[in-house]
Amino acid sequence: MTSVKKDPVLVVLSLSGGNDALNTIIPYSDPLYTDNRPVVRISEDSVLPINDNLAFHPVMAPMKKLYDEGKVAIIQGIGYPSPSRSHFRSMDIWHTCEPVKVGDEGWLGRAVRDLDPNKENVLTGVNFGRGLPRVLAVPGVPVASVPNLETYGVLTGIENEERRAKALDVFSRVYSPMIGKGPVLDYVASTGLEALKGADILSAAAEKYSSTVEYGAGIVPQYMRNICQTHLADLGTRIFYTTSPYNTFDTHAQELANHAKLWVQTSNAIADFYHDLEEHNASENVVLLVFTEFGRRVHDNGSGTDHGSGGIAFVVGDAVRGGLYGEYPSLEANKQLEGDLQFNYDFRGLYATLLEKWMGLDAKPIVNGSFEQLDFI
Amino acid sequence: MADKAIASMAHLMRRAGFGAPYEELEARAAKGYEATVEELLHPEAEPEIERDVMLRFMPQWVSQGGLEGQQEELIYRMINTKRPLEEKIALFWHGILCTGHAKCEFPREQMFEIDMFYRDGLGNFGNLLQELAKDPAMVFYLDNCMSHKDFINENWGRELLELFSMGVGMDGHANYTEDDVKECSRAFTGWTVTNAIPRYPYGKYRSKFIFDPGAHDDGEKTFLGETGNWNGDDIINIIAKQPATARFIARHLYDFFVADEPRVPAWQNTPPQDPEAIKMLEDEYFRSNYDIRSMLRVLFNSDFFKNSRFAKVKSPAETVAGTMRLVGDFTSPKPGLNALAMNIRYMGQDLLNPPTVEGWHTGKEWIDSGSLVERINFTADLVGNINLPGVRTIVNRLSSEGPTVSPERLVDGCLEMLGAYELAEETHRELVALVQSEGELRTDTAEFATRVGQILQSIVATPEYVFA
Repeated sequence: MTSVKKDPVLVVLSLSGGNDALNTIIPYSDPLYTDNRPVVRISEDSVLPINDNLAFHPVMAPMKKLYDEGKVAIIQGIGYPSPSRSHFRSMDIWHTCEPVKVGDEGWLGRAVRDLDPNKENVLTGVNFGRGLPRVLAVPGVPVASVPNLETYGVLTGIENEERRAKALDVFSRVYSPMIGKGPVLDYVASTGLEALKGADILSAAAEKYSSTVEYGAGIVPQYMRNICQTHLADLGTRIFYTTSPYNTFDTHAQELANHAKLWVQTSNAIADFYHDLEEHNASENVVLLVFTEFGRRVHDNGSGTDHGSGGIAFVVGDAVRGGLYGEYPSLEANKQLEGDLQFNYDFRGLYATLLEKWMGLDAKPIVNGSFEQLDFI
Repeated sequence: MADKAIASMAHLMRRAGFGAPYEELEARAAKGYEATVEELLHPEAEPEIERDVMLRFMPQWVSQGGLEGQQEELIYRMINTKRPLEEKIALFWHGILCTGHAKCEFPREQMFEIDMFYRDGLGNFGNLLQELAKDPAMVFYLDNCMSHKDFINENWGRELLELFSMGVGMDGHANYTEDDVKECSRAFTGWTVTNAIPRYPYGKYRSKFIFDPGAHDDGEKTFLGETGNWNGDDIINIIAKQPATARFIARHLYDFFVADEPRVPAWQNTPPQDPEAIKMLEDEYFRSNYDIRSMLRVLFNSDFFKNSRFAKVKSPAETVAGTMRLVGDFTSPKPGLNALAMNIRYMGQDLLNPPTVEGWHTGKEWIDSGSLVERINFTADLVGNINLPGVRTIVNRLSSEGPTVSPERLVDGCLEMLGAYELAEETHRELVALVQSEGELRTDTAEFATRVGQILQSIVATPEYVFA
């Protein structure tokens, strides 16, 4: 059987800091929403209704439009048992799929390992950001981590181009396999070559790209654009990861203004990303997951909201059967968990759905068990 | 070939501290190796870092409400301390006797723990464990405050044995049983912390260690073959005298100061790479009554240490602090410290927030394609900046050697002044050829400094420079 179908690609965007689920997909007609949010409330007449109960935040029109086109699945009440309200710990749990003991391998790193077991492509997994987030860390699995696609590479501080080319030339030779120098030096050398190779290939990606889509300013738009550029360059990347700057969604204070700003940027970036792919006829094999480490407290604190549990995740793409999945957690006081939304759907089921139904991988060893999958794909 | 005494001193200062610029190496080498070891082993003879000066520039460090400020303070100390070994031993213990910001009610609590490492880190190991067991950050981190005689929480009891003192096993056998873990945990019931004052409206408060007799199980316990009505102090006394503890500490000191060992979980079945060295350290542990300072004296003066140059991958903290000490930047507090702290994080070591209670995976596991690029670019940007005082000094010393400098001499002189680094023959040849290809090196030209900076950049970008 021949197939011209392109390999499925998964893009993951993390909203670092804990996005307030209640003010993202808003239960606008629930009197308990009004009661619990005396200050940090979005008024009913400004929301973008999905149905009689739920609505998008007013600034999320670009995502609402994609939703109306049937390309957005909203996963409600997502979380895990005995939630941690620490940013670090909760993000770790989402990264490692280990809510009880502390794990050190990331689920996307494992996915990269399974997609490319012989390490044929140094760009099978690409992170846009600084350092390597836990989600992609698995010993021995190479992943490129790109702070800036336009300037990515080794020895980027050398401004003179001719001089840098020379230094890189030397670099590539001194990082060649060093026979008889011991396994650690060999490992360092091969890692250096991988980094150099990845940088070389990636620098071409930015050059080839052109588009009519204009992304907004900010880190998330920039990285979503970089992901699109890299995807369009056809480098065989199957997993992309990026994140909003550290703890930007941590809206303890002045949430109404800050949260709106964040979602203007994020919602636009997501829609721009999708339209950019569409313009290049490259959207059909891309699915985007948007998640955050926890939701926020049901009752506001007079200015913002504190750390909570039970959040919202989004899955966007042509292959996605849009709609609402799971159940919106109840705001009734006796149904809350210590003042937070109760989760009713385990995030590892969402990961498993994406891994099995979209990426064609065996999810169980990646997410550490079997969890209820959804049928949005 | 660099002066041998300088090479030994560079090695000692990289391991016992965070490296040193060339003039300091010369001064210390003139005093002698053993005298320097003694000096390092007695940090109390040197002045403390001026905390009041730090706080005048960085008032936000007073409250230490968040991780970032704490990391800034730590990296500032590593760069500026006059007591390098005190700072290094604190980093050593922080990587083993871990607590993490992810699970800390009051972040400042972790800095008090670091203070404890400054104070007690070179002393008696049993005493250090006693202090640790009463450290509020640790009591909370490993849930001992949740342990009660009727509802025993084994988290602290287990990690005390497995990760903090004995390790699961050695020489192919287990060091303790599951029953020992249970009995150990029973002995620590009632070792808890006071309830913290609610954080609102005035912020967070310290909690304090207390013993709660009502929660303590004072029944008879049999731990590692000894029976009695043990409490936590008794348990630590029993632990401290175990051969397994001597092995565990010896191996950790060897791993951190001498050469990278496999990770701790492998120690039950993987013998030490240098059993004789470990034996020497174990013997000193018992001879000195568990004194870390005495063990380090044996270690630094040993041949196995002197022969271990470049047998370790530098940690991110060593990379950043070592580079700053070399180039002579951040000698007083100023904006930009946060970026330094962030660079350590980008290279894979989020200080005060290790990934797990096991600490960081060190050695070659520091290196992946992302962290290697961060490491190389960070270091190259600094050593290539010829306006920084440390780089300036290197340029001046080389230009004072005569009207011209040969390509070989430029490469060798730079290697020497970076701390007597050595390169593989092929690497060395490449760098000399690179200098050669750019023409004669006249020391009286403006271009000379730039070319020194460029070759320093190429040296720190080599695989050899990843090692210490």
